[in-house]
Amino acid sequence: MSGYSIYKPQNPFMRWLERRLPVASLVYSSFIAYPTPRNLNYWWTFGAILTFMLGAQIVTGIVLAMHYTPHVDYAFNSVEAIMRDVNYGWLLRYLHANGASFFFVAVYAHIARGMYYGSYKEPREVLWILGVILFLLMVVTGFMGYVLPWGQMSFWAATVITNLFSAIPWVGDPIVTWLWGGYAVGNPTLNRFYSLHYLLPFVIVGVVVLHVWALHVVGQNNPTGVEPKTEKDIVAFTPYATVKDVFFTAVFCLFFAWFVFYIPNYLGHSDNYIPANPGQTPPHIVPEWYYLPFYAILRAIPNKLLGVIALGGSIVLLAFLPWLDTSRVRSAKYRPLYRQFLLIFFAVVIGLGYLGSQPPEGGYVIAARILTAYYFVFLLIILPLLGLFETAKPLPNSISESVLREGVPVGASAPPPSGAKA
Amino acid sequence: MQIRRAVILSLAFVAFVAAPFGCAALAQEQEAPPLQRWSFHGPFGMYDPQQLQRGFKIYREVCSTCHSLKLVAFRNLADPGGPNFTEEQAAAVAAEFKVQDGPNDQGEMFQRPGRIADHFPPPFANDQIARNANGGALPPDMSVLAKARGFERGFPWFIFDAFTQYQEDGPDYIHALLNGYTDPPKGFTLPPGAQYNKYFPGHAIRMPKPLSDGQVEYTDGTPATVDQYGRDISAFLMWAAEPTLDARKRLGFQVFVFLIVLTVLLYFTKKRVWHEVLHHPELLEPRPPTEYRRG
Repeated sequence: MSGYSIYKPQNPFMRWLERRLPVASLVYSSFIAYPTPRNLNYWWTFGAILTFMLGAQIVTGIVLAMHYTPHVDYAFNSVEAIMRDVNYGWLLRYLHANGASFFFVAVYAHIARGMYYGSYKEPREVLWILGVILFLLMVVTGFMGYVLPWGQMSFWAATVITNLFSAIPWVGDPIVTWLWGGYAVGNPTLNRFYSLHYLLPFVIVGVVVLHVWALHVVGQNNPTGVEPKTEKDIVAFTPYATVKDVFFTAVFCLFFAWFVFYIPNYLGHSDNYIPANPGQTPPHIVPEWYYLPFYAILRAIPNKLLGVIALGGSIVLLAFLPWLDTSRVRSAKYRPLYRQFLLIFFAVVIGLGYLGSQPPEGGYVIAARILTAYYFVFLLIILPLLGLFETAKPLPNSISESVLREGVPVGASAPPPSGAKA
Repeated sequence: MQIRRAVILSLAFVAFVAAPFGCAALAQEQEAPPLQRWSFHGPFGMYDPQQLQRGFKIYREVCSTCHSLKLVAFRNLADPGGPNFTEEQAAAVAAEFKVQDGPNDQGEMFQRPGRIADHFPPPFANDQIARNANGGALPPDMSVLAKARGFERGFPWFIFDAFTQYQEDGPDYIHALLNGYTDPPKGFTLPPGAQYNKYFPGHAIRMPKPLSDGQVEYTDGTPATVDQYGRDISAFLMWAAEPTLDARKRLGFQVFVFLIVLTVLLYFTKKRVWHEVLHHPELLEPRPPTEYRRG
């Protein structure tokens, strides 16, 4: 899997620069000549979409920060001033708020793809762990961003989530006081959340650089889970992967624009248009939709400390997937049992998301407990055992063989090339 | 109606299949507000300036005695995509309000007629006075009220709402609330000073029935009924909460035209670029990308 050609600068200035700082050849080998498996499907475009969303969030966020006031008395009205008096302020804010949601849509698709095709397995463990770290950073950043408009949901979400730390024995209460910067959620809390909400995206950028670096060391996984073996298995990143990424990013933007321009408040909660009021608790405190599965896990467990541990564990366990999954076959395509259990797992996460949005009473609690149990049983018991007992379907010898075995792709008119031995 | 019935029947079926989720959603304690037709619904829906003017008349003559509208300025009345008043009309409205200003050279606060740049002054100087004058209940500020109120649509409606672009649960709720004053059912004990309202959460609302037929005079032949008042004031409040809706949908259409053209072009570009990978892989010798054949 040697690369294609190396970068040979023609232009005298580029030759001069190359000897001093080989940035052009770095870009060339990473984003132009970089070999990618030829059989990647559209689930592999979410990396590019996530990069695009991160950039969009940072750009809109920086402009919003120019107009926002992080103070309990002015935050709500400054957001409304952005909506009313700043040129295209409504567009910036709706892009940013819905952008967070679509960032999570893309990251969930990205994680699901990694789990389905076994992208976390040897030698991609570090790449995967960096991904889990990125997801955690996104969760924290998104939560702090939701607090900034200082509506009722902002305030009460901040109260509920920071209070989780009080479950820690002995040091819980001092930690919560330290997080708040006082004895209740107040102005110091809002100020530090704003500061961190501005800082963390750049930390994310840094980890993304590591994530992409790690990816370019080990190469991309692919739907067969079989490593590329010959030059026939790969194509150059540019133009093949780039054009595919750009096309699907445009498709993604169509969905994004639908929400931004036509239903910008669909994903939000109407209570967040009521200014924060510490004296009045809303009837149902609900986080943003992308946290609902984890919120459901938290509430499913009757003990507060155990609930917090389960909440944290549900994300942290993902980092151990490379070792929890004992099978040596990567792709779920060749693992019939794993595929079934995994699809149930995805359905369970969606079900937990619905239950997280409902009041914690009656049948909802029982359902949430059953689904939570499956979440952990799948990760801790089913996954390790499956690798020992499951018989995988025969793997193709190479990527190009799998492509040819499946026949001519949809829309093709030409017969399989003569050189191919099916 | 036929279509609607078919939709409801099929949804009932879906809810039955998704038993644990569906049943709970159907068993809602509170009656859902009836859905109204709004001129600002859908991808091309815009505000009706005549309706906003009528709604503003209701706000001025009825609501503004108790409810503030702090985030809206008089100049907004003349903004495009709003009630379409002229700047002179907006200035005349402003002049009818007394606004506190100061301190002056003597260090004293004083009252002056409102200017077009001022925001609507609140009817009460502070929340405590407002509560005291309203039997302990605080009349909420109306600036973003239409976005701050709503009701649970429940499964599976909330999924369909994303496709039908239903965003009017706030105005629907306000309209229903204004028409929801009835006698309490038998066995329902109202706390003192409260009225029964079918759509208010908990049913005991502290606001007395604010509108009755013929209360606000309409000069354009629109029926002067509570039902119509409710629609007009809800539309006005939606504008107050979302004054850039017209601009948003207009830009949205342009963005969609652009994005669809871009997506189609990119699709064919992608097809062209991938042609030889899919159909002539024997031609795929490792070469620098710049040397790949065109076409």
